[in-house]
Amino acid sequence: MHLTDGDRAMLDGAKGAAPQLAMQILVRMAEVYGADELMDITQAHIDSTIYLGDATLEFAERLAALGAKVAVPTSLNVSGVDECGWKDWAVPADWAAKAARQMLAYERMGAVPTWTCAPYQTKMRPSFGQQIAWGESNAIAFANSVIGARTERYPDLLDICCAIAGRVPAVGLHLTENRAGQLLLRLAGIPRALQQDDQFFAVLGHLVGKLAGDLIPVIEGVDVVPTEDHLKAFSAAVASSGRVALFHIVGVTPEAGTLDAAFQGRAPRQTQEITIADLRAARRELTTADGQPLDMVILGSPHFSVAEFVQLAPLVAGKRRHAKVKFLITSGRFMKEMAEKAGVLGPIVDFGAQITLDTCILASPMLPPEIKTLMTNSPKYAYYAPSLLNTRVTFGSLADCVRSAVEGRVVRDDSLWETP
Amino acid sequence: MNEVDSVDFVIRGRPIVAGSAEGEALVTHEALSFWGGYDFHTGTIIDKHHPLAGVSAAGRILAVPCSKGSSTTTAVLLEAVRAGTAPAAILTTEADSFFALASIVAGVMYGKSFPVVALESRDFDALESGTRLRVEPTGIVRRV
Repeated sequence: MHLTDGDRAMLDGAKGAAPQLAMQILVRMAEVYGADELMDITQAHIDSTIYLGDATLEFAERLAALGAKVAVPTSLNVSGVDECGWKDWAVPADWAAKAARQMLAYERMGAVPTWTCAPYQTKMRPSFGQQIAWGESNAIAFANSVIGARTERYPDLLDICCAIAGRVPAVGLHLTENRAGQLLLRLAGIPRALQQDDQFFAVLGHLVGKLAGDLIPVIEGVDVVPTEDHLKAFSAAVASSGRVALFHIVGVTPEAGTLDAAFQGRAPRQTQEITIADLRAARRELTTADGQPLDMVILGSPHFSVAEFVQLAPLVAGKRRHAKVKFLITSGRFMKEMAEKAGVLGPIVDFGAQITLDTCILASPMLPPEIKTLMTNSPKYAYYAPSLLNTRVTFGSLADCVRSAVEGRVVRDDSLWETP
Repeated sequence: MNEVDSVDFVIRGRPIVAGSAEGEALVTHEALSFWGGYDFHTGTIIDKHHPLAGVSAAGRILAVPCSKGSSTTTAVLLEAVRAGTAPAAILTTEADSFFALASIVAGVMYGKSFPVVALESRDFDALESGTRLRVEPTGIVRRV
């Protein structure tokens, strides 16, 4: 592998102990990836922030103690604790203290304390064509596909090494030729009314993730203009049910102005149709609960955006959640601040909603054991909550979630989805 | 099958992270996500959808085609090394970057990297759970 003089200086320790450690790991990994050389990045997003136990903490504190500083603008993914709100929940004090130490370690490295899994909805949003090293599956899919920035799927422990070195192995989705579509998925006779539904892109993403395998999927036949939050839900779903890091939607995403552009002029390796029956089945899979009992409505994976707060406010205005049903929104400190400025938090708080910042129910042991049934509009929460939290989940629209919270039981308007 | 029963069962893999290990083989043909799939406090596989659910991989030679799912798999595996509940070695069918990274960082942090060896599919298919295996730094895997 070819290393530049700068790479060698780092590897030899001429730039300090932390860059040396980062570069040692990076060079070993470049060999595993089969890279011929490293290349520059100009931004990073760190998923290693997620506290699991002593090893993730020791890794972060070791780097910080060596004086590690990120070499490029770097955002931070969710942490293991809401520092201000954890006492309202079931988080053990020892966990909270160690997770907070891990947060501090990454802040000491000079990263921006965004503490969100939706960094693309903060001021740290990258631009088209920008070379970046991002962790967090939904963020990787969104950055590559919706923005057209370029990142590989960086795992925990490597993302921070890339940020410290400012370098990555020159492989995979960093390179134009590896970004061409491979699998063509055609929407077959999907009515516009269904495509306009709030749940459509979440359900489609769940299905595409399962169909894609290791291929880059291209979706043809979308004839609505999805909102950014619809594409966020799609990104989260496609990276939960599958391992998709890049997708193209013809006429929607920036590298897919035409079908031909999405495939870079090549022929699809495979072609498959997506029918309304496939979508109905995919939506049913996102629900594991049966019946109407409901303990909690949970929104915000990826973190609830300003636009989503704005959308929620009129739905809950003048209403109050049922006393037995908790209503939790997970978001980032930046998004909440913006929502406050937009003046939309009042009705949401009056409704009885709680807001947890900087983490989520999957990354922090928040939920007390009596919470057994959840309802969500997030395909990522719907996918992971049953196995990670041992809860049962109903997937529905935002309006369904609000109505259920008011009535104290699961109520869903299935008319668009289940009519023959 | 006869090959596996023979005492001089030897296969040659590609060492992704070189090292030595010895232990009982635990073989699966389904990919595994360690995040949400591996309890690092005990070394038990906990993914309810996985055929090895409920089985401990601690100290064993885990043969799994590749990792899947969350990129936090690497951090879970590092926790397992620190807790002494990691597999003694991991045998795969492709050069798995997540397993390799966890091993490399475990070496840097705790001086405890574990061998990660990529095998040809037909060699992988010849492995059976319960066999006692030795993994050598050259990537050779032999029955002992």
